Amino acid sequence: MRNDLTTPLGLILAGAFFGALTLAAHAQQPANPPAAGAAPAAAQPLPPGSPLIGRPENEAAAKLAPVAPPPLAAAPDKLPLAKLKVPAGFNVEVYAAGMANARSLAQSDKGTVFVGSRLVDKVYAIVNKEGKRQVKVIASGLYRPNGVAFKDGTLYIAELSKVSKIEKIDDVIDSAPKPTVIYDHLPKDEAHGWKFIAIGPDNKLYVPVGQPGNNVLHDDAHGQIRRINLDGSGAEVYAVGVRNTVGFDWNPESKHLYFTDNGRDWLSETVPEDELNRVTKAGEDFGAPFCYQGNIIDQELGWGKSCSDYTSPVGLMGPHTAALGMRFYTGNMFPKSYRNAIFVARHGSWNKSKKHGGDVVVVKLDKVGKVKSVEPFLTGFLQDNKYVGRPVDVMQLKDGSLLVSDDWNGAVYRISYGKPKVAEE
Amino acid sequence: MYKRLITAFAFASITFTASAETVPERAAPCLACHGERGTSETENTPSLGAQQAPYVLIQLFMFREKLRVFDTMNDMAKDLSDDDLRAFSDFIATLPKPVPPKDAGDSARMARGQALAHQYLCNNCHQPDFSGNDNVPHIANQREDYLSKTLSEYKDNSRHGYDGTMADVMQPVTKEQIADLAYYIAHFR
Repeated sequence: MRNDLTTPLGLILAGAFFGALTLAAHAQQPANPPAAGAAPAAAQPLPPGSPLIGRPENEAAAKLAPVAPPPLAAAPDKLPLAKLKVPAGFNVEVYAAGMANARSLAQSDKGTVFVGSRLVDKVYAIVNKEGKRQVKVIASGLYRPNGVAFKDGTLYIAELSKVSKIEKIDDVIDSAPKPTVIYDHLPKDEAHGWKFIAIGPDNKLYVPVGQPGNNVLHDDAHGQIRRINLDGSGAEVYAVGVRNTVGFDWNPESKHLYFTDNGRDWLSETVPEDELNRVTKAGEDFGAPFCYQGNIIDQELGWGKSCSDYTSPVGLMGPHTAALGMRFYTGNMFPKSYRNAIFVARHGSWNKSKKHGGDVVVVKLDKVGKVKSVEPFLTGFLQDNKYVGRPVDVMQLKDGSLLVSDDWNGAVYRISYGKPKVAEE
Repeated sequence: MYKRLITAFAFASITFTASAETVPERAAPCLACHGERGTSETENTPSLGAQQAPYVLIQLFMFREKLRVFDTMNDMAKDLSDDDLRAFSDFIATLPKPVPPKDAGDSARMARGQALAHQYLCNNCHQPDFSGNDNVPHIANQREDYLSKTLSEYKDNSRHGYDGTMADVMQPVTKEQIADLAYYIAHFR
């Protein structure tokens, strides 16, 4: 992998980030030298790619900042269950609680559910023992261990800049050894550094590396999805032009990888929309940071670029909605119309005055694999423009029910169909 | 100074194991270093007055879980329950605001610091009066040494934030600028 981080680019990267949010006002024309007299006594010109770029200078924008979840998991009786809505015939219940910052989900062949986290240092397991569910911490002291995946008895964990594994996890669940690192040839940027991981039908582990900032040029170690063998060898870049994907799965029919990608901040209240993308061949370029949502050339970085040079999304997921975890539904429990549909957890916007998302939607595809419809499935996390919960990932259990993680409350919910367990109005 | 810290800790461990005390009583050892009335007189130790309760909760949680590493505070927090964390956070938020230094500050440095605070938009998330909001801390009249240390630690990521925001924000800020920012925010009026 080429390393381009010479000084000038280093500078560019230095100014870059996701944290962008916090900053950013003057500098409509960042690449220009010191905008004479623009900002009050600006000490230095902003480096190109600085997060200060793009944030409009107005009161409404200044009010927007990333939303931090409470650090403590909510007690089971404090969960917003009564506020959650699902379509008629479906039921929602608490599957497990008390897992601070519960994020990505994976499941062992024995039914153990693994739960990663981002703001704490733990990976949890939800274990079924004699019909009783228990939550265990199986790994701690990890750094932003957002990603979990399971294959042939082995649990894979993705931290900010490394992937590790615990073999025969179900056999050692009560006293799991420290994870063994299999791959750490990864950048260490905080911005978009946390990872979702999953294992494809080719038996390779897919590992994203986000772009290291809101809207930045970067070297070719970033802005991509890689795949590696399960022993950590054979890394190759599978998709590029990926800003920050935190969820993907393979179409059970076409076997194509579908992934959500979060659009840039600050362009406007209504665009760009987050993307649902499909990779049909290795090496495809999805456009970020030059082209967003298939038809918006970035106003700063997109000069000289054309959206037609990149693969367009198969569907749009709403502006700033933070479409994260997504899985195809292959179970038998839900009605037939849900078969091979995609459930997508939208964590919910922060970069928008009226919050949007904060729900799970069901995405149905047409015959050529493009998005036909996006409909609400699990709602109620957003109340009076405030979050009472934020969904991160979805995962189908073996019985065909669907789990949804909520990092705001540190809980996992289960959605089933038929035989109501929870009364719905 | 060091001696005083040790004394405070000895006292702390006793206090924390005792039950049926009020939160202010239990917080006495905290205030021995952090300042009785919200203003710290201890080197590199932050003033806690008027701190945002959700921010304090996050920090106490991180100390307890060793997500933020500082032995003294890791020890202080290690036996606290979730309810303790909430109670201490709420209590700390009620302490009076830190008192600004008596001197108004060197006008040239203040002007430089103010320009930087506006350039980097500290005054957005932290509010125009630097009183913070929710998970974003109150920083007005914080100790200069602590501000300077904290900003440097965010910049080199030796202090991991709860999320990566401050690590990112600090990347383009130089060492000299950190000194001016800390000076300005400490002397803010």
